[in-house]
Amino acid sequence: MEATGGTTAAIVNPAGPVRSSSGRFGVYGGRYVPETLMAALLELEQAYADSQKDPAFQAELEDLLHHYCGRPTPLYFAKRLSETLGGAKIYLKREDLLHTGAHKINNSLGQGLLARRMGKQRIIAETGAGQHGVATATVCALLGMDCVIYMGEEDMRRQELNVYRMRLLGAEVRGVSAGSATLKDAISEAMRDWVTNVRSTFYILGSALGAHPYPTIVRDFQRVISKEARAQILEQEDKLPAAVVACVGGGSNAIGAFYSFLEDANVQLIGVEAGGRGTALGEHAARFLKTGGGVPGVLQGTYSYVLQDNAGQIALTHSVSAGLDYASVGPEHAMLHDSGRATYTMATDDEALKAVVTLARTEGILPALESAHAIAEALKLAPKMAKTDVLMVNLSGRGDKDMGILAKELDIKGGVAVKG
Amino acid sequence: MAIQFKTKPGLVVYLTAGDPDLATTRDIALAAIDNGSDALELGVPFSDPLADGPVIQRASERAVAKGTRLTDVLTLAKELRAARPQAGIILFSYLNPVLRLGLKDFCAQAADAGADGVLLTDMIVEEAAEYLEHMSANSLAPVFLAAPTSPDSRLKAISENSRGFVYAISRTGITGIRSSLTEDAAQVVGRLRQFTQLPIALGFGISNAQHVREVSAFADAAVIGSAIVQLIEKTAPEQAAVAVGSFIKELRA
Repeated sequence: MEATGGTTAAIVNPAGPVRSSSGRFGVYGGRYVPETLMAALLELEQAYADSQKDPAFQAELEDLLHHYCGRPTPLYFAKRLSETLGGAKIYLKREDLLHTGAHKINNSLGQGLLARRMGKQRIIAETGAGQHGVATATVCALLGMDCVIYMGEEDMRRQELNVYRMRLLGAEVRGVSAGSATLKDAISEAMRDWVTNVRSTFYILGSALGAHPYPTIVRDFQRVISKEARAQILEQEDKLPAAVVACVGGGSNAIGAFYSFLEDANVQLIGVEAGGRGTALGEHAARFLKTGGGVPGVLQGTYSYVLQDNAGQIALTHSVSAGLDYASVGPEHAMLHDSGRATYTMATDDEALKAVVTLARTEGILPALESAHAIAEALKLAPKMAKTDVLMVNLSGRGDKDMGILAKELDIKGGVAVKG
Repeated sequence: MAIQFKTKPGLVVYLTAGDPDLATTRDIALAAIDNGSDALELGVPFSDPLADGPVIQRASERAVAKGTRLTDVLTLAKELRAARPQAGIILFSYLNPVLRLGLKDFCAQAADAGADGVLLTDMIVEEAAEYLEHMSANSLAPVFLAAPTSPDSRLKAISENSRGFVYAISRTGITGIRSSLTEDAAQVVGRLRQFTQLPIALGFGISNAQHVREVSAFADAAVIGSAIVQLIEKTAPEQAAVAVGSFIKELRA
C-alpha cells in the first residue's frame, strides 16, 4: 500500500513526455500545486527519506513519543459499554490519553523534528477542531520554533478553548474568514503563507491530505496507532479484531488505525464520515456517500474524492464536529474505498452527540465529537456481532474542547442531559 | 491565431470572468484588446483560489456567487474570438472545474471556442501528460508557470512543455498588487532564457506603468491581473470598460 511512482492514473498518463509522477495511491494522490511550492515539496520528500534512514532521528522521535507524549497508549476493554450493547467486545485505542489530548501530536512531533533537521525555524499549520493546532503549538514550544496557526473563524468560535491553548503556548492564531471559514479555508490560507515564505517556512500539515509527500508522511507518523494496537490485541485477546472503526475527516487517525491491519484480510476496516444534518450537498461531509456529491477531483494539492457541484466548484460542508468538516479526504482512503479494502459509512450530528453521552455514562470517558462518530458506528455495529468478536474503535481524541458545543447541543441542565 | 507580442513589452491582461457579470467582462475584454492588450487571460472563477491574493479571491467569490461556470467562460471566449479575430485568448483556471468537465471535452471545447492557450494554476509538468496530449490534439498552447524557486531542471521541463509563451512568476507568493518588483523577477527570466526561445511573460505584482517599463528591460511581456481586477471592483459596472481601457493605455505611456 505504499505510494508508488508512475502508476496508471486517471489524470496522468505515465507514457507522457514528463514521467516522474509520484505519490500515488492507485490513481489518487499526486501533486497539484502552484509551481512555486514544487521545490519545497521535493526538498521535503528528500529530507523525509533521509530522516527515515537516520537511526538518531528515529531514536529521538521514539523517545519523545514515549516520555513526552505518553506512548504507548492503552488498548482498553470497554466492559460496561460492551455488556450494555450485548454484542462484540469493544476495545478502545486510547489516543485521547496522549499529551494534548488527541492523536495529532504523533504527526506534529514527527514533522517538527523534521523541520528542525531541515533548519526551518518558522512553522505554519492549519487547524479545524484545533487539536492539530494545539499539537503543533506544543511541539513548537518544545523545540523553540516560531509558530503561526491558521484557523477558520467559524472553527475559532466553536473551538474557542483550543484557541486559548494555542495562544498560551506562544503560537499566533490567524483567523480565516474566507469561504465557510472552516478547515478548507484554513488550509488554503496556510498554503498562501507557505507559497509566500517558502524559503524559510515549514508547513506542518495535520491530516493525510495535500500534495505528495504529505499523505505518506502523515500516514507514516500515525501508523504507530495500529502498530501498537495490533500487538496489544494479540496480547490481550490472542486474536485480531473482527473490525477496526475510526472517524474520517482528512483521515489521519483512520489511516493510522488501519495501516497495520491492511494485510489482515479478515479484519474489516470501517471509516466513519460526518453525516451532518442531511444528505443534500452542503449538509454533510460524507465524501464517499453515493449521491452525496463526492466525485474524484483536485482540492488543495491532491486527487481524491471531493464534494463539489456539477461545475466543479467545491461544496460547503456541515458537521457538528469541526475536525470532520472538510470537502475532500486523504487519497489513500480513496484508494481503499475503491478497492473495497475499507468501507466507509457515516454518523449524523445527532448520532455523534448521543454517542458522547453513551460513552460518558457507561465508561466515564468523554470522547471528542470527531471520535464520537466512530463510537456511534460501534453502537450500531456491536449488537449485530458475536460476543466472541472484538470490535476495536480508535478513540482519536478527548472531548474537553467540545464542552461549549455539548452544553448548547445537549441542553445540559442540573447535570442531566435532557436530550441525547 | 497565435499569441503574439507585437510591441515590447507585450501586455497580457487577466480578468476574472463573471465579475461583476459576464456581459461586463465581455465589454472590459474588448476594451482591453482595443487599447493595446496583446492577450487576455480569462480567469475561470473558483471557490478555492489558493494561489490568489485577496483581490482576485474576492472577484472569484463574486463571480462564483453569480453562478459563473467554466462553460460560461468558454462561451465568452467564443464571443471574443468572433469579435476580435487577432487577439490572443488564454483560458486561466484551477484544475478542478476542468477535471469536472473532463480534460478531453474541455480541450475540444476550448479549441472550438477559439482559445489559443490554457494555463492551469495547479497543474505542474509532472502531472500533465494526459492534459498535454489533449492540448496537442486540439492545437492549443499549454502555458506553464515558472517560479523563482524552480531549479533549472524544472525550468527546462517547463520550457519544453510550454507553447506560446512561458509565464514567469516575479516573486514567491500569491497574486496581488506590490509596490516594486524583486530581484527574483529578472533572475528567473534570465535562467529561463537558457532553455527556451519562447517569449517570456512576467506576472504577479505588476501593477503600474513604472513596473511595465522595468519588465521591458528583461522580459517580453507583462501580465497585469490584480490591479485591473481591483479597478473593476472599485468602478461602477457601466464605466468599467472605459476605465480599464484608459488604465491599459497609461501602462504603455
